[in-house]
Parts: sequence; structure tokens; C-alpha cells
Amino acid sequence: MNAVGASLMRAERAPLPRRRTTRAGAWNADRLYRIVLRALATTVFAIVALMVFEMVQGAAPTLRMFGARFLATTDWDPVFDKFGALPYLYGTLVSSGLALLLALPPALWAAIYLAELARPRLGATLAFVIELLASIPSIVYGIWGVFVLAPWLRTAIEPWLIAHLGFLPLFQGFPFGLGMLNAGIVLAIMITPTIVSLSREILLSTPGALREAALALGATRAEAIAVTVGAARPGIVGAVILALGRALGETMAVTMVIGNTNHISASLLAPGATMASVIANEFTEASDHLHLSALFEIALLLFALTLVVNGLARLLVLWTLGGRRDVARAT
Amino acid sequence: MSRARPEGYPPLAVRGPSLDRRLWNHALIAICYLSTALLMLPLALIIWHLVANGITALTPGFFIHMPKPVGEPGGGMANAIVGTLIVTGIGLALAFPVGVGTGVCLAEHGDGRFGHLVRYTADVLGGVPSIVVGLTTYALVVLPMGRFSALAGGIALGILMVPTIARSTEEVVRLVPESYRHAALALGAPGWKVTQDVVIPAARAGIVTATLLALARAAGETAPLLFTALGNRFWSTALDRPIASLPVMIYDYARAPYADWNRQAWAGALLLLLLVTVVSAVLRATTRRIGRT
Repeated sequence: MNAVGASLMRAERAPLPRRRTTRAGAWNADRLYRIVLRALATTVFAIVALMVFEMVQGAAPTLRMFGARFLATTDWDPVFDKFGALPYLYGTLVSSGLALLLALPPALWAAIYLAELARPRLGATLAFVIELLASIPSIVYGIWGVFVLAPWLRTAIEPWLIAHLGFLPLFQGFPFGLGMLNAGIVLAIMITPTIVSLSREILLSTPGALREAALALGATRAEAIAVTVGAARPGIVGAVILALGRALGETMAVTMVIGNTNHISASLLAPGATMASVIANEFTEASDHLHLSALFEIALLLFALTLVVNGLARLLVLWTLGGRRDVARAT
Repeated sequence: MSRARPEGYPPLAVRGPSLDRRLWNHALIAICYLSTALLMLPLALIIWHLVANGITALTPGFFIHMPKPVGEPGGGMANAIVGTLIVTGIGLALAFPVGVGTGVCLAEHGDGRFGHLVRYTADVLGGVPSIVVGLTTYALVVLPMGRFSALAGGIALGILMVPTIARSTEEVVRLVPESYRHAALALGAPGWKVTQDVVIPAARAGIVTATLLALARAAGETAPLLFTALGNRFWSTALDRPIASLPVMIYDYARAPYADWNRQAWAGALLLLLLVTVVSAVLRATTRRIGRT
């Protein structure tokens, strides 16, 4: 699927002449065919509408009972019908933010290497490998996080952090291995391929004249790269936000490594929980009406959050790529 | 260095960039190289650990035996492998017509307001976290049916596949040269025949590839199956009963406190990785070649 070819083709497309039917307004195969296609396309619309409807309906009892308090309180006690989603909101934002913090610098530099420095053949091959890594199922990352990363963190990395950076509230406590830090690292590894391959595409799509002009003026390679990156900045920001959207909704890997407690702790070593992980953990065991409703409301919140984040990202990517939808879609 | 210049002009000095600019240049390039190597490290580690831990348990018995009770050595995931095939098969059967129909509709008639709306909705659906898809499928299918079922799992995976298939189909159908359509129309073919018999066959390879990529991705999904297909320790192929699937079984086995089960979880994860990644690799490599020629 040659994307550049696609956009050229679209530009050349001339409007087709409307085919005149012999009997005006008569039922014909053409109209029927179009109606079938439209019906199928409407299904997509119907799926999303139904999903939103079901979530709102499912969440109605807690929405009515707690209102905005749902977002601001930290109690989560199904036995006493107390539900506050703040710990989960906090866990989702902190684990994803940590992942972004860890993944962003190396991912961007790697994208620059692949787009600007590597020989085109090598760059394309490495980008292909990195794209493949994006297709690894999240359960696989989860298993690695539990059985390999957690023991490392518990025995080596976290004790070191406590000994040397323990004066910061971020690194106080007990080395569990499972917790916010583990979730952040696993998420960082998971979103790296998205950031790298999208940023590379965007860097490659910037006009070559920019770089050539910079070099002709006597800029070093690094300075020429800075010019290109500057031109690609909105698109790169979009790619990063798109990766953030993936991290926010990631379920299995995070559920396995985050430790699952609903305490808000300043320390990254402490266990926590995210919106996605609490749904995965509690939904099959939730028998109480209000408990189910609270989980539906969390799903609704997560849906709204990813909707906003993805919308923002897509806008930025489309803006820089000028309608290259294939890249915007490649989440 | 100076060159001959016209009278009255000072000699032109040509100097390279200053030392700090050169240092900065080399530093940045070095950082880029190092970062790429650094990124490859955890990914290589994950694959290495998977192979090292999973390969011993990935015996022929793993594919043909049923799970054994705790404590008994051996046993396999035969039911989960078949279950995954069934559930993804249902998902494919549901998502393929909807996805391809939507994609063709968007490519051929999708420039109006309706097309933009559908395209936007498909993008929204593509960004919905898979756990949310699982939860809503529970409300839509499991609650009315009264029990967890393979069908519900298939529907959840189908919902996940639709946007991927639709948007990829749109892209490949748009790649079909306009001259094909003009030629067919000039021969007197009605519009629907042009789409059905000329445009879609021309885009067939791309549509199949996109569908298989979506299928491979869906086969590795765990979260949407937790509250729909649920899982099953026993052999079941009934569509209206809970059914085992590879990802859910891996999840259960990885959480269990038995070393033997954990080993099997590693083997299952390795199998899943091979399944998903090899399929994706082969497909992507072949489409690249098609795209280039």
C-alpha cells in the first residue's frame, strides 16, 4: 500500500459523470447496491452509538447517586456501596505519564536516526521490525513484566533507587517489584514502536528542500535535522498523543504488573490500579448492582478520555501530513 | 583559503563550522545511534525470554492435550487453541462484510458528509480501549443471552476488527486506478457492476491482507474476551457456551501460583507471539513487495 501513490491518485481523481438511468427514479440495481453499502457503513455508526448507550445506561445508577463526587473521592468499598474513582484516574494518568516520560526521548531520537541518518534500506528494515513489535499481544508484555521485570526491580533496581534517591518521595517505600514503576516501564516499551514508526513517517514526509536549504546555508547535520524536526513538530506531537491514547486504555499488561490496590501513593514503587485494570479485575466478581454500575461509569470515563486524546492526536497528525490518513490511522 | 575576487573586494574566507557546532553535531548523532540500540534492547530481551522460557513446554503434546489438574505434569492447551480459532472465526465472519462494505462505501461514495461521519466514527471505534469493547459486549450480548458464550467473544473481537478492515479497505480501493472505472463505465457497465466486478477484484489482494492483519491482532486480544467468552477448562465447541481461548488461558495460568502452570503460560505466550507476529511479518513483507512493483 503505497501511501504517497494513494494521495497522488486522489488528487488526480476527476468527478465521474452521473450515469443516467433509462427510467428516472426507478428502482435499479445501482441504487440497491449503494443502499447495501450505506447500510453496512451505518453499522459502524450503530456499533459506537450502541456502545455509548449501553455504557450510559449501565452507569446511570452511580451517575445519579454520586454525580461529580465519583471523580473526587478515593473510597472504593463495594460492601458499603461507596465508590470513588479518583485512585484509578490517578493510576491511569500517572502510569501513562511515566511511560511517556521514559519512552519519549529515546523513541524520538531513534525516529530521527531511522528517518535522517540511517541508509534508506537499513532505516526501512529497522522500521519494519519496529512495526512488527507493535503487533505483539499485550498479554505477552504482561508475562514478561511479571516474571522477568518484577524480580529485577525487586532485587536490584528498586533497592538501588531507595538507597540513592530515597530522599525523594517518589522512591520511598518497599521494593515490591509490582507497582507503578513496573507498569510505567512495560507501557513505555509497548508504546515505543508507535512513537518511532509514526514519527519516522512524519519526518520522511517533510519537504527535502528544508534540509537541503539548511545544509546549503552551512548548517551542520544536527542543525539541518533541527530544522526538519521543527517543521514536523505538530505531527510528532500528534504521534506522541496517539501513543498516549494507547497507553491510557491498555489493560492486560498493566493489570498484571501494577499490583492492584486503590491507594494513591506518591511513591512510584507502591502498587496502584488503573481504570482499565479495575474493570478487568472486578467485573466478573461484581455481583452488586451499584458495583457493576460504578465499573460501567469507569468504562465511560475511559472511553471519553481516549476519545478526547485520540481526537486531538489525529487532528495534529492530519494537520502536518495534509490528509495522509493512512499514517493517522496506523495506531 | 582565498580565491581570486574582483578588484576592491576582500578575499572570501571559507571556514568549516566552529568547534562547538561540530561537537554538538557529533553528540546529537551519537545520541540518535545509541537510542536506537537502547530501544532494541528491551524488545530483544522480551523475545529472548519468551523463547528461553517457553520452548521447553512447547511440545507436540501442548497442541493436542487438554489441560491437566494442578500437580499432574504435562497437559496442553488444545481446547484453548481450538477456542481461539472458533472465536476469531466468528469475529471474522461478522467483521469482514461490515468492514469491507464500509471501506468500499467510503472509497467510492465517501466524499460527502455521510462519508466523513462514518470515517470519523470508524476512527473513534478504532481508538476505544479493548476492555471497554468487552464490557459493552457483555451488556449487549451476555446479559440478554443470560450466559457467557463463544458467540459473545466473537462479537467483541468482530467489533475490534471492523475499523481496521474498513479503513485499510478504503485505502486499497482508492489505489485502484481511475482508468479502470472509466473503462468499465465506457463499456456500458452499470455503477454497481463496476464496483463489484472491476474495482473490488483489483483491490482483492490488499483487502485480504488487511483482513488477515486485523485477524492476527484480534487473535492476541485478552481483555475483550474476559467478560464475553470467559474461558473454559474443558473441551467445548458450542457457540452458546463459555469457551477457552489462548490469551485468556495464558492470563489465568500466569496468575496461578503453580510453577508448572507458569511454564505453560510462557509456552502459550510464545505460541501466540509466533502466530501473531509471523502472520503480520509475512503479510507486511508481501504487501510491501506488491506496493513497490
